Amino acid sequence: MKEITKDVVVIGGGSAGMAAAGEVVGKGHSVVLLEREEILGGILNQCIHNGFGLHRFKEELTGPEYAERYARIIEESQVEYYTGTTVSEIDSREDGKTVFAFSSEHGMLRINCRAVVLAMGCRERNRGNIGTPGTRPAGVYTAGLAQRLVNMEGLMPGSKCVIVGSGDIGLIMARRMSWAGAEVKGVVEIQPYPAGLTRNIVQCLNDFDIPLHLSHVVSKIYGKDRVEGVDITPLKNGMEVTEETFHVECDTLLLSVGLVPENEIARNTGIKINPETNGPLVDSNLMTSVEGIFACGNVLHVHDLVDYVSEESQRCGEFVSTYLKAGDREQQYSMVSGSNLKYVIPNRFSSGRDNHFYMRSLIVRNHAELVFSLDGNEVKRKKIRHIQPSEMISFTLKKEELADFNLDEQSRLEVSLIG
Amino acid sequence: MSNLFDVAVIGAGVTGAAIARKLSSYNLKTVLLEKECDVSFGVSKANSGIIHGGFHHDSSMLKSRLEARGNLMYDQLKEELHFPFKRCGILVAAFSTDEMRTVEKLYNNGLENKSIGIELCNHERMLNLEPKLNTDVTGGLFAPGGGIIEPYRFVFSLVESARKNGVELLTEFKVTGSRSNDESYTVESADGRQIEARWIVNAAGLYCDEISRIFDAEEYEIKPRKGEEFLLDRNASAHTDKVIFPAPSKHSKGMLVIPTAEGTTMVGPTAQMVDNKESSSTSKENFQTIFASARRLIPQVSERDIITSFTGSRPTLAGDDFYIEPSKRIPRFIHVAGIQSPGLTAAPAIAEYVKDLLKTEGLQLAEKADYDPCIEKVPRFRNLSKEELAELVEENPAYGELVCRCENVTEAEIVAAIRKDHITLDGIKFYTRAMMGRCQGGFCTHKIMKIICRETGLSMDEITKRGGGSWLVHKEVGDYPLRSRNLDGERQQP
Ligand SMILES: Cc1cc2nc3c(=O)[nH]c(=O)nc-3n(C[C@H](O)[C@H](O)[C@H](O)COP(=O)(O)OP(=O)(O)OC[C@H]3O[C@@H](n4cnc5c(N)ncnc54)[C@H](O)[C@@H]3O)c2cc1C
Ligand SMILES: Cc1cc2nc3c(=O)[nH]c(=O)nc-3n(C[C@H](O)[C@H](O)[C@H](O)COP(=O)(O)OP(=O)(O)OC[C@H]3O[C@@H](n4cnc5c(N)ncnc54)[C@H](O)[C@@H]3O)c2cc1C
Repeated sequence: MKEITKDVVVIGGGSAGMAAAGEVVGKGHSVVLLEREEILGGILNQCIHNGFGLHRFKEELTGPEYAERYARIIEESQVEYYTGTTVSEIDSREDGKTVFAFSSEHGMLRINCRAVVLAMGCRERNRGNIGTPGTRPAGVYTAGLAQRLVNMEGLMPGSKCVIVGSGDIGLIMARRMSWAGAEVKGVVEIQPYPAGLTRNIVQCLNDFDIPLHLSHVVSKIYGKDRVEGVDITPLKNGMEVTEETFHVECDTLLLSVGLVPENEIARNTGIKINPETNGPLVDSNLMTSVEGIFACGNVLHVHDLVDYVSEESQRCGEFVSTYLKAGDREQQYSMVSGSNLKYVIPNRFSSGRDNHFYMRSLIVRNHAELVFSLDGNEVKRKKIRHIQPSEMISFTLKKEELADFNLDEQSRLEVSLIG
Repeated sequence: MSNLFDVAVIGAGVTGAAIARKLSSYNLKTVLLEKECDVSFGVSKANSGIIHGGFHHDSSMLKSRLEARGNLMYDQLKEELHFPFKRCGILVAAFSTDEMRTVEKLYNNGLENKSIGIELCNHERMLNLEPKLNTDVTGGLFAPGGGIIEPYRFVFSLVESARKNGVELLTEFKVTGSRSNDESYTVESADGRQIEARWIVNAAGLYCDEISRIFDAEEYEIKPRKGEEFLLDRNASAHTDKVIFPAPSKHSKGMLVIPTAEGTTMVGPTAQMVDNKESSSTSKENFQTIFASARRLIPQVSERDIITSFTGSRPTLAGDDFYIEPSKRIPRFIHVAGIQSPGLTAAPAIAEYVKDLLKTEGLQLAEKADYDPCIEKVPRFRNLSKEELAELVEENPAYGELVCRCENVTEAEIVAAIRKDHITLDGIKFYTRAMMGRCQGGFCTHKIMKIICRETGLSMDEITKRGGGSWLVHKEVGDYPLRSRNLDGERQQP
């Protein structure tokens, strides 16, 4: 057993954990970073395509390259990090916290600290979550697992595949499988519009003549031992038009049907979870309902761009530092999502500084407006050219913009999307 | 001749495994024959895992008598074989006076079968016993002796114990033919292997009728009655302490809410006669029926919590009872057929019953002096305290390597599974629970495949989900002609 005492423990060494740890250590606190895999980088390590870092570094990097930039910062800093080490439990008391982790090298690690940053990322939704009927053969993979097999293990999950879900991961895997010589027979999307970026539709599907079936579902899986085919059924007004079902032969079905924050440790620590995001509810400092425990990156809410993950996590690092230094805490008020929004994060705001919000839309629209109102009075309005659920909205409400308003404990800031 | 056995048990489900283990306590040479690549891959892997409370039928039925007897044997079996088992108790909830009358009949069955501690309950008592019940409940029944197990783990343990005491297990041995002389039977497998045995026990589940035909014994037909079930996340708020049944209908025990032995929640099963024994397909209609019925019992049951679903088919015979009898047409042949529900509960008692039949029919049974009923207990990360774990990792660092993050399964447990011959993904899943949690293997499948390769020497493309044609990866990237982008409208062929 190994016992360690540090100011801060960061759980997860993906882009979120690395950015947060780097920021905290830069502000002069001692940090330990724990990562279950053998290398730092998280999900980025398997994303060997480019398109990362356009906002952050103003260049186009691949996932591993982007991860490498941060990993270098961690390696060269005072951050003590352990890979191959899995956190199993957080014990949170009034007078401090203890994080328990296991590794084959060190056995049990017991780390005493004052603050914890959750940065455990997310997991993929799977067949059970979407309830696809049919048999249960080998050959049904989540797209992320398939990506891992192809890009990191050099293995082909199959030779003829159908992909469910037109999110970016599904699209990128369509191209990756085609490049590696597999035949991609189609991408099936339940919504009437594609979930991924337009450039990915063009570069990953159109360039390879891969059909995109919008408003369709995979209605049945066939095959006893291995997948032998699927039925695809169109939807009209949300109902399956069974007469128009067609069959596609394939040996592999890849599912790219969404991500869910990985919050089992948070739940067991008694942290309140937001049912819309499946991540913790956080205040304007990204602190969860348990004092001294913060969250950032995909464990908080699923991001589509790593640049935002880094940005949010760096801010989280600053908040942790302020928390460790300051005695008294700033006044916070309620922040809620109104019309046409799935969620807004954080769930509280502060009056004396800029507030940064991330939101997800429930609707697809060109020319929408984002409207902030405080207790019924409009505070700010901003035009947005295009919105869709798969693209996160990021917005900073300036300190000055709230300056003219009186706030009391009951004050509530609401943000809405007007189509 | 070395491959002459005293007894060949056909089928390594819970029935065959329990029988083989029972026989391993005598001085006999026993072989257990199984067509799949691992044991418990038949009906015994896909059921509700309930150790029934002995109240569903009156004692005129053989299955009811064996259920009551089997139930009582589980405490000792758990001591010896370390499978997950809890006597959590069973509630039957009634929502009308009619249903309450049905429940009273069950209560009387229970009394007749000596179901321990069985009681009738009013509305208030029901809600005290299970606060999550729908408050419309009018009353019901409580059978504290009912419980839950992990069925495949139970079978794995039975087989491990049987093998430890000398039983030979032959997997991928699909019985397709037989010849006999006065003394013994020659049993042939699809792949050409043969063994000889003096006695045959037919415990082939859904295929007992085919085996009977192959041996030219009695003619009967096993009809599959399919059941579909859904598994919910560990965190599901619908998780109860006790198994909750509705009042049964004529044809089925109804759809239940089951707290599994490993802490998840299960809802189901349906009961549908089907033609195809291998039918394992799930459907949307059943999904809706199951959730509606389960929600009537426990309103918190939510589709949001689904992690997976599965089906199993009960092997039923006309008359709906077990058929455990010596053949009247051929000598030294015992049918153990029609083992539908409560087959799991009854299995240990079936094994005793079959042993007695064999004895009556003339098989010599001498107790084995060095019979050891106990198997090694493999520690499980998720069941240990931090102090115990800290110590264990010192001894065996592989306990510090968490492979499956959802169910907290370590490399040490996966290696233990492989060393016990569970070398497919499903075999490892059933032994360890790895890949059984909320991510369903999304994070750990590739790690487990690598451990299998390292431990067995198999290559990645030789690993399967569950044997046969259930391959996982095809080739390596680069084994295919690489294709480039189609920029001028036509796919460029390499
Ligand atoms: C498959 C996929 C493809 C993507 N493609 C793109 C893209 O093309 N472009 C783009 O800009 N963005 C992309 N993204 C989004 C972006 O890259 C991610 O959102 C971002 O990298 C997530 O960072 P994170 O640190 O929050 O999570 P992760 O990178 O998932 O890191 C979490 C880390 O925590 C570790 N961990 C978890 N639990 C524990 C524990 N108990 N103990 C110790 N360690 C633990 C994990 O091993 C992991 O390394 C993609 C995301 C995914 C999932
Ligand atoms: C949905 C469902 C829910 C249930 N719930 C419960 C419950 O809660 N409690 C309870 O007590 N019971 C329950 N049951 C019943 C219980 O699961 C069965 O009674 C029991 O598993 C039957 O075991 P078995 O060994 O007879 O059959 P199986 O497990 O099917 O074993 C037979 C074996 O024989 C092998 N075999 C077949 N043909 C050949 C051949 N030619 N050569 C070699 N091997 C062959 C098969 O591969 C198989 O492994 C349930 C059943 C279902 C379907």
